[in-house]
Amino acid sequence: MEYTVLIVLLPMLTFFVLGLLGTRLKPCASGLVGTLSMGVTAALSYWTAWQYFTTAKIDGVYRKITAFDVEWLRFTDNLHIDLGVLLDPISVMMLIVISTVSLMVHIYSLGYMKGERGFERYYAFLSLFSCSMLGLVVATNIFQMYIFWELVGVSSYLLIGFYYTKPEAIAASKKAFIVTRFADLGFLIGILLLSFYTKTFDFGLLTSGDGSIFSQAAGTTFMGGSAIAWALALIFVGGAGKSAMFPLHIWLPDAMEGPTPVSALIHAATMVVAGVYLVARLFPVYYFQAPEVLHGIAYLAAFTSLFAAVIACVQTDIKRVLAFSTISQIGFMMVALGVSGYGGHAGTGYMAGMFHLFTHAMFKALLFLGAGAIIHAVHSNEMSRMGGLRKQMPVTHITFLIACLAIAGIPPFSGFFSKDEILAATFHFQPVLGGVMSFIAALTAFYMFRLYYNIFWATPAEHEHEPHEAPKTMTTPLIVLALITCVAGFIPFGKFVSSDGADYIIHLDPVIAVASVAIALVSIGIATLFYRKHSPVPDALERRFSGLHRAASHRFYIDEIYLFVTKKIIFNGISRPIAWFDRHVIDGAMDGLAFVTNKMSLAVRGLQSGRIQQYVLVFLCGVLVVTVLVLFFE
Amino acid sequence: MEIQMEYYLILGAVMFFAGVYGFITRRNLIAVLISIELILNAVDINFAVFNRYLFPAQLEGFFFTLFAIAIAAAETAVAIAIIINIYRNLHNIEVKNLDELKD
Repeated sequence: MEYTVLIVLLPMLTFFVLGLLGTRLKPCASGLVGTLSMGVTAALSYWTAWQYFTTAKIDGVYRKITAFDVEWLRFTDNLHIDLGVLLDPISVMMLIVISTVSLMVHIYSLGYMKGERGFERYYAFLSLFSCSMLGLVVATNIFQMYIFWELVGVSSYLLIGFYYTKPEAIAASKKAFIVTRFADLGFLIGILLLSFYTKTFDFGLLTSGDGSIFSQAAGTTFMGGSAIAWALALIFVGGAGKSAMFPLHIWLPDAMEGPTPVSALIHAATMVVAGVYLVARLFPVYYFQAPEVLHGIAYLAAFTSLFAAVIACVQTDIKRVLAFSTISQIGFMMVALGVSGYGGHAGTGYMAGMFHLFTHAMFKALLFLGAGAIIHAVHSNEMSRMGGLRKQMPVTHITFLIACLAIAGIPPFSGFFSKDEILAATFHFQPVLGGVMSFIAALTAFYMFRLYYNIFWATPAEHEHEPHEAPKTMTTPLIVLALITCVAGFIPFGKFVSSDGADYIIHLDPVIAVASVAIALVSIGIATLFYRKHSPVPDALERRFSGLHRAASHRFYIDEIYLFVTKKIIFNGISRPIAWFDRHVIDGAMDGLAFVTNKMSLAVRGLQSGRIQQYVLVFLCGVLVVTVLVLFFE
Repeated sequence: MEIQMEYYLILGAVMFFAGVYGFITRRNLIAVLISIELILNAVDINFAVFNRYLFPAQLEGFFFTLFAIAIAAAETAVAIAIIINIYRNLHNIEVKNLDELKD
C-alpha cells in the first residue's frame, strides 16, 4: 500500500504549484486545480480505507501497517526520525474525515470566496493545510507528528490572517500562533523526555503494550510524578493548545476572523481535534503508564466543556457561538478518552471519543458552512442582523436544522449515537462526572437552538439587499454533509475503531439514551419558548443574573487575565529589565569596544602619513637599533 | 706611502650619512635627488676600496661600481623628468606638497 504516501504528497505538490504559479493562472483555474487534486486525494483515502478495513484484520484484531517509511535523521541506532505512513484504524478514520471535509470546503469555497483578492493564495494555503493535517495523522513516529503539527499551526496562522488588511484578523492570527506555539513548547519537552527514557520515537514500539521500554523511567520521579507521567502531561499540554482546552482556549474564538470555510475545516473539524487524536494515538501509553494523567485530562476537559457551553449561551456573534460549541464538544471527546479503559467493554470511552470526533467533524463543518452561507447572504456575523431567514434560504435552513439536531443529540442523527456512548462511558467511570456531562449536553441543545431560532425564526431584520439562497457550489457540500450526518450514526463504528483493535459491539444503554434525549428535548423546548418568537423571559433572566451574564459574555475575563499577566507582570517585571540590561550592558560593552578601536585606529593612522622622508627616518632608527642590539648582545 | 683603507671607509661613511641626513631633512626634490646620489657614491667608494685592498686579483667590486654609476645616471634622468613634470603641474617642487595620492 505504498501509494498512500501520495495522499500526503499530492496536496503538497498542489501547494507548490498554486503557490508558485498561482498568479499566472486564472483564479477559477487555480480553484479547480486545488479542488481536483483534493478530490483525487479523497478518492485515494477512501480506497485506502476500503483496502485497510477489508484486509488488515488478523485474528479479529486490526494491526498497524507501516505502508511507507524512510529514515530521515539518525541520532543513534535505535533513536532515529523517520518519515512514513502508518495505517491503523484511527489514522484511516482520520484520513476519511480530513479528506471529506477538506473536499467539501474546497468545493464550497469556489462559491464563497468567488472574486476575493488572493483566491489562488487561499487555495494554496488550503492545500498546505490538507497536506500537513494528513501528514500529521499518518505519522509513524511522534517526531514526524510534531513536524506536521507545526506545519498545521503555520497554515492555520496563514489562513486566519488571510484578510491581512484587517487589523483584527492579523491580531487573531498572531494570537493563535503564539498560544499554540507556547503549548507546543510543552509538547516538545514531553517528546524529548519520553524519547530520552524510552529510546524511541516510534508509535508502534511505544504502544505495543508490554511496557518494557518504560522500565528505565520507572525509578525516576519528579515532584511526586514519574518521568513518564510528566512527559505525557507535557505532551498533553501541546494537545490542549491545539484542541483549545482551558486555559489555552483563548485563540479559538478569535480565529473566527478567518474566512468561514477555513473555520469549518481547521477550527471545527480537523486541526482542533489534533489534540484528541494525539491522546488517542498514545492512549495505551497514557492508560498503562500514567492513568492519573488520563483522569486529570478527563476532569480538565469536563471543566472546559462546561465553561465553553456557558459562554456559548450568551454570545451574539454566530461564529463565536459555534467556536465555543466546538471547544465544548472537543471537551466531550477528551472526557471520553480520559474515562476510558483498555480493551473490550472497558474501552467504550475510547471508541466513543473517536466516534464523536468523526460525527462532530461532519456536523460541525456543516454548521460552519451553513453559517458561512448565512453570513454571505446578510453580510454580518451578528444574530441581530438575521432572523426569519427560513423562507429565503430553504436549503441552508434544513441542513442547519439537521446539524443542530445532531449536535443536540436527537436520534436518528449521528450526534446522538456518539454522545450517548460518551455519556455511558462517563457514567460508568463516575456518576457525578456523567451528570455534569449530561448537563453540558442540555446546555448544548439549548444554545444551538437559541442560535437556530435567532437565525431562521424570530423577527426578520431589515436588509439592504434581500437575502437569497447560496449558489449551487455552496449548497452541494451542505447537502452532502447533511446526508452524512443523517446516516453516520448507523455506522457500526465499534467494528472499525476500538481501544485494542478487536471488534466492539455498540449497545445503547436504554436508560441513558432515553434520559439524554429527554433532556435534549426539554432544552430545545425551553429554547423554543424563549427565542422562536420574541419573548420577555430571556431579557428578564439577563437582568436577574446580570453579573453572570456580563461575565459570560466577556468570556469570564480570561483574555483580560492573560493580558494582565503578560503586559503587567511579564513585560514589566521581566522583559523591561532584560531589555534594559541588553541595551545598556551588552550593547554598551560592544559600543565601548568599537569606541576604543576607533580611537586606536585614529592614533595609528598618523603613522601612515605618506611622507617618504618620515618613513625613511623611522626605518633608519630601526636599523640603528637593530645594529646596536646585534653589536652589543651578540 | 699608501693611504690606509680606513680613511677611504671614513670618507664613505661620512658621505653616506650626509646623504641620509640630506634625504630626510631636505624639502626640495632636487636636493633629495642629490642626497640619493651622495648615498650611491658612498657605496661605490666602498665597493672600489674593498676590491682594491681585500681582493686585489679580482674585479667584481669595480664592475659593481660601474653598474651602479650607470644605473644612477639612468635613475637621475628618470627622476629629473618626473620632477620637471611635477613642476609643470604644481609650479613648485616642495616635498610637502606632494600628497595628492594620499587620500
